[in-house]
Amino acid sequence: MTELAPPGLILFAAAALIAITRGPLRNAIVLGAPLLTLWAVWQVPDGVAVTTTFLDYPIEPVEGSPVRRLFASIFAIMAFAGGLFAFRHARALELAAAYAYAGGAIGVSFAGDLITLFLFWELMAIFSTIVVWCGGTEASRAAGIRYAIVHLLGGIILKVGIEGVYIHTGTLDVQAMLATNFDTWMILIGILINAAAPPLSAWLADAYPESSPTGAVFLSAFTTKTAVLALILLFPGEPVLVWVGLYMIFYGIIYALLENDARRILAYSIVNQVGFMVCAVGIGTQTALNGAAAHAFAHIIYKALLLMSAGVVLYRTGKRKCTDLGGLFRTMPLTCICGIVGALAISSFPLTSGYTTKTLISVAAEEEGLALIWFLLTAASAGVFLHAGIKFPWFVFFQKDSGMRPKDAPWNMGAAMVFFAALCILLGVWPEPIYALLPYPVDFEAYKAGKVVFYLQLLLFSGLAFFLMLPWMKRTLTITLDIDWLYRVALNRASIAIVDRIDRARERAEAWVTGRLGRLRDRIAVLAADHGALARSWAIGTTALWIAVLLTGYVVIYYV
Amino acid sequence: MSTPPERDHWLVRPATIRRLWVLLAVILAATVAVQLAFPEKGKFGIDGWFGFAAGFGFLACVAMVVFAKGLGVFLKRKDTYYDD
Repeated sequence: MTELAPPGLILFAAAALIAITRGPLRNAIVLGAPLLTLWAVWQVPDGVAVTTTFLDYPIEPVEGSPVRRLFASIFAIMAFAGGLFAFRHARALELAAAYAYAGGAIGVSFAGDLITLFLFWELMAIFSTIVVWCGGTEASRAAGIRYAIVHLLGGIILKVGIEGVYIHTGTLDVQAMLATNFDTWMILIGILINAAAPPLSAWLADAYPESSPTGAVFLSAFTTKTAVLALILLFPGEPVLVWVGLYMIFYGIIYALLENDARRILAYSIVNQVGFMVCAVGIGTQTALNGAAAHAFAHIIYKALLLMSAGVVLYRTGKRKCTDLGGLFRTMPLTCICGIVGALAISSFPLTSGYTTKTLISVAAEEEGLALIWFLLTAASAGVFLHAGIKFPWFVFFQKDSGMRPKDAPWNMGAAMVFFAALCILLGVWPEPIYALLPYPVDFEAYKAGKVVFYLQLLLFSGLAFFLMLPWMKRTLTITLDIDWLYRVALNRASIAIVDRIDRARERAEAWVTGRLGRLRDRIAVLAADHGALARSWAIGTTALWIAVLLTGYVVIYYV
Repeated sequence: MSTPPERDHWLVRPATIRRLWVLLAVILAATVAVQLAFPEKGKFGIDGWFGFAAGFGFLACVAMVVFAKGLGVFLKRKDTYYDD
């Protein structure tokens, strides 16, 4: 129809150039390409902008709509801030993979058909795996393989669903559906695996913390949020998502409370936050979908900010366990303050972006009279402050004096953090720009006095609970088993047990055969011994008789 | 690590921490008291009660910490568990 190319391709081209250039040129590409992409995102009109064919299938690689542009915009902004944070420290391979990964996310955002969506989906899986591997440790290598297996499995399930939908309906359009048959369930499950929904939530906290200090910043943004966009586009109002989302919310809180690794705390809290969005998509009203989209936008910013803060700490100290950290506020004030801003935003503290966006989801539950869901979401909001809002900054920057006096963030990391911290506050005090980008009109006054008082009470008393229960929260050198135990340990043990059994069966069979052969050999030995039947001297007459018998037999056989 | 408490950063001195607790108590009391000035009729009844959010937030957090602690009894392992 038009000459418009998918905006995500700009980042793929940038990724290729990043891999082959160096110095100032590469830096210019890293910082310029996301801005060019952002411009291109805003050139996409509403509706299908490009149609073509792929393997004889009609596809629509670029389709615009407000919610698609909203997600693509934040992905481009994220690539810029991530690039700024990483460009002086990350390996070229990591930057290139991260940009291709971001390009995949923007490709999914504008996918008008399921084939385009699938292709970009898989590209994201491949390039995000490379970002995990760029952690450069044995742990990141192993975690990357597990990550890839889970995502390739998710991709296969998604593909099965897409083929089923095409065969049974004849259309590949990205359009709203409900999980009512095998095909649509497969698509839903494929998407939910990327959203870190149960039962396969563990891949996220397994893989992301093993990436490099810069890699985790990129990883936090794209995979789960493209899954949220896919759910908004394909499964708005799907009832099962409400409970899937609520499970994710509380799973994230409980596991983060038990966790000692600061980056893994933040990884669990991604699952928690995506749970709010998934629940909102399940509620499915205009307010709820606005809430899911707005929350995703704000979440990408503050979660990246938190991982930047944790990334600077890891970069400067080489440590990420709460038991090793503490007291860093003394020499890392900027990283500490930016981390606190991110922590307040994730907790929906008034005057931050979390408050102006996430509360839309609670309002949606309230409007629909969903009392149980509303109370659970409210309890979860308190829990977010507990597990991420206070726990992360407290154990990393305060708690005890670890004795470490590391330098604060390098200038580019500091600039990226300040940029995102400023956005957290800007969208908190002036949410109208983001409301204007939402898919449906917003009739919501965030700063009603009664509501502000409600949230202040909720959050501040959660803070009181944290400090009163601090002895219970004492960090230990432990991890918490998750579903991944099944494929990391149980499956391993089962396969070892099976191999062991086969080995033993083989040994028994060998022993039996060897025994038999031994006995046979002994008997032959007896027969062949000096006085055995085979070694005896035979009388000439007997020999002649046997020769005659044999010859007779031969003649008989010849004539028969 | 060897810095005496009175010489350490002002934020971690015992006197400061005592003051911070007092400040927190004042702020907590104020957020509850101010609800009298801005009464909000709750959508579900109970959520409009005086001090509801304070009590609910506190108890929800206590419940989550206790639940996590209980779950930890069964699911916590040494952090070298998967390395062995």
